[in-house]
Amino acid sequence: MTSEVRSAKIRAWSARSVVSHVALYLVALIFAAPLILMVATSLKPADEVFTSPPQLLGSSIRWQNYADVFSFMPFQRYILNSFLVAAIGTVVVLVASSLSAYAFARLRWAGRDSVFLLFLATLMIPQEVLVVPMFLLMQWFGWIDSFQSLIFPWAFTAFGTFLLRQFFLTVPRELDEAARLDGAGVWRTFWSVILPLSRSSIAVLAVFTFIAYWNSYLWPLIIIDSTDTMSTVPLGLSLFVGQQGTFWNLIMAASVVSMAPTILLLILLQRHLLRGIATSGLGGR
Amino acid sequence: MAHVTQTREPRAKRPATPLRSGREAGTPYPTVASFLSPSLIGLAVFTLLPIAMALVMAFFDWPAFGSRSFIGLDNFRSLAGDPVFRAAVRNTLVFVVLYVPLNIVVSMVLAAWMSPRIRGRQFLRVLFFLPVITPMVANAVVWRLLYQPGGSIDGTWEWLTGSHAPNFLGDASWAMVAVVVMSVWQGFGYNMIVFSAAIEAVPESVTEAARIDGAGPVRTFFSVVLPMISPAIFFATTMTVITSMQVFVQPFLLTGGGPGTATETLVMYIYQAGFSSFSLGLASAASWVLLVIVLGLTAVQFRAQRRWVSYDV
Repeated sequence: MTSEVRSAKIRAWSARSVVSHVALYLVALIFAAPLILMVATSLKPADEVFTSPPQLLGSSIRWQNYADVFSFMPFQRYILNSFLVAAIGTVVVLVASSLSAYAFARLRWAGRDSVFLLFLATLMIPQEVLVVPMFLLMQWFGWIDSFQSLIFPWAFTAFGTFLLRQFFLTVPRELDEAARLDGAGVWRTFWSVILPLSRSSIAVLAVFTFIAYWNSYLWPLIIIDSTDTMSTVPLGLSLFVGQQGTFWNLIMAASVVSMAPTILLLILLQRHLLRGIATSGLGGR
Repeated sequence: MAHVTQTREPRAKRPATPLRSGREAGTPYPTVASFLSPSLIGLAVFTLLPIAMALVMAFFDWPAFGSRSFIGLDNFRSLAGDPVFRAAVRNTLVFVVLYVPLNIVVSMVLAAWMSPRIRGRQFLRVLFFLPVITPMVANAVVWRLLYQPGGSIDGTWEWLTGSHAPNFLGDASWAMVAVVVMSVWQGFGYNMIVFSAAIEAVPESVTEAARIDGAGPVRTFFSVVLPMISPAIFFATTMTVITSMQVFVQPFLLTGGGPGTATETLVMYIYQAGFSSFSLGLASAASWVLLVIVLGLTAVQFRAQRRWVSYDV
C-alpha cells in the first residue's frame, strides 16, 4: 500500500469516526437531558420552573432549595434510616452468602448439587410475588413498622450466594491444599485464604446490595406506617411529592439528594461495578 | 491489586469440586451445616415459607385484620371476573412486549456502537448506566416533570410549534408509551454493559477472518458477532422479561395506573388488593398468577433457545 492510499484511507475513516462520535455524543446528551434538567430545576426559584420559551437556568442559582427540602420534611432522618438499613442489610447479606458460597464452592458433601439447584430455583421467584405473605409473616413476628422488617426479609436471596460461589471457584485450589498441609482447617482456609483473595468481588456484591436496599420502594411502602420517623429515602421522596406536588424545584432538589449516594458509589467504583455485571451478568434490574 | 486480576481470569468452565475425587473424604456434616445454615434458614423462612403461605392464602378469604375462611377457588373466580385484573394482566403483557425488544435493541446498538475506538467510552458507559442504579422513585419523579402538561417536553414543543404536546400521562393512548419510554431510558444501561462485555469477548481473529473474506462491518456484526453472542442475548432477554413482568414503580408514580386502568399493572393490582382493600387472599391469588406467568414465559424461552442460541463457539 502506498503512503498516499494509506493516508487517504485514514482520512476517510477519520471522517466516519468524527460523524460517529458526534452522533453518539448527541445521543448521550439527549439521554442525559432529564438528569441535567433535574439538577437545573433544583436550583431555580419556584416561579421560574415553567417558562416559555424554556430556560435551563433561572434568574438566580437558589441553593436555598436544598435547605428548604430538609426543613419541609425530616429528610436527614430518612437518609439516616436508609443508611442504617442498607448498611446492616449489606453486612447480613455478605456474612450469609459468603459462608454458603464457600460450602457450595469448596466443601464436599453429598446432596450439594441438589441443594445448590434449589438455591438457583428461588432466583426465579420475584420479590413482588412474596410481599403479601411476607406482610402476614411480619405481623406474626410483630415486625410491622420496624427496621428488622426492612432488613431481614430480603437479606437471604440466593443471588449473593450464587455470585460469590462463582468467584470462589476461580481461586486456585492449590492455595487451599497448601493451607491444609500447613494444618489449617476449613474455617481457617475460608477466613485466611478465600476471603482475602475475593475482596474485590465481595466489594462488588456489597455495593450492589447497598444500592438495592437504598432504592427499595415497594416493601417500605407496605411495611412502614410511621412515615414521619421510619421512612426510607425513596418512601420519603414519594411522600414529599404528594405533599409539595407543585414545588418542582424542591422536588428536584430532593431527587438529587436521593440519587447522590448511588451516583457517588458508581463514579468511585465504576470499573469494579461494571466488570462485576459483565462477569456475573446478574443483579440490577 | 492482585485480587483484581484474579477476577479477570477465565472462570467459565471450571467445575465445582467433584465429589469423591480421590483420597479426600467429604466434609463432616456439622461443618457443612454451620456454613450453610444462615442462608438455608433465611431462604426457608423468607422465601420458601412465604411462597407456600401465598398458595394457602389464595384459597381463603383472608382479610388483613379479622377472621378468615376457606373459600376454595373463589379468589381465582373473582380475578377472572374482575375487569381491572384483566386490564392489569393485559397491560403488563403489553408493557413486556413493548419494553423488552426496545430495551434489547437500544442496548445492543449502543454496545456495538461504543467500540474501543470511541473516545470517552468509559464516561459514556457510566452515563448510560446511571439511571440503573439511581432510585426508581427519583427517576420517575424527574420524568413526571418532563411529561406533565406545561412540563419540559410540552414547554419545548409549544415554543417550537406554537401548539401543545399531547398530555402524555393523562391520555389513554399515550400513557403506556410514556411509561415504556421512561422505563427503557432507565433500564437499558444494564443490558448494554452485558452486551458490551460479550462483544469484547469475540476473538479478533474471527472478525478479522470475516473482514478478509470481504464482509463489511455491518455484515460482520450480523453474521459473525451476533450469533457468537447469542448466549448473552438469551440471558439478557430472559432476565429482562422476568423483571419487566414486575413493573410497578414507573406506572405507580407516573400515572397511578391511569387514566382509567390504561397503565394498571399486575404488581399494582397485587399492591392495591393487598394493602388498599386488605384482601390478602385475593392478592395472594394474583401473586400466584404472576408467578405462573413468569415461570411459563421463562420455560418458553428456554425451550425456544435451542433454535437460535449457539453455545458451540
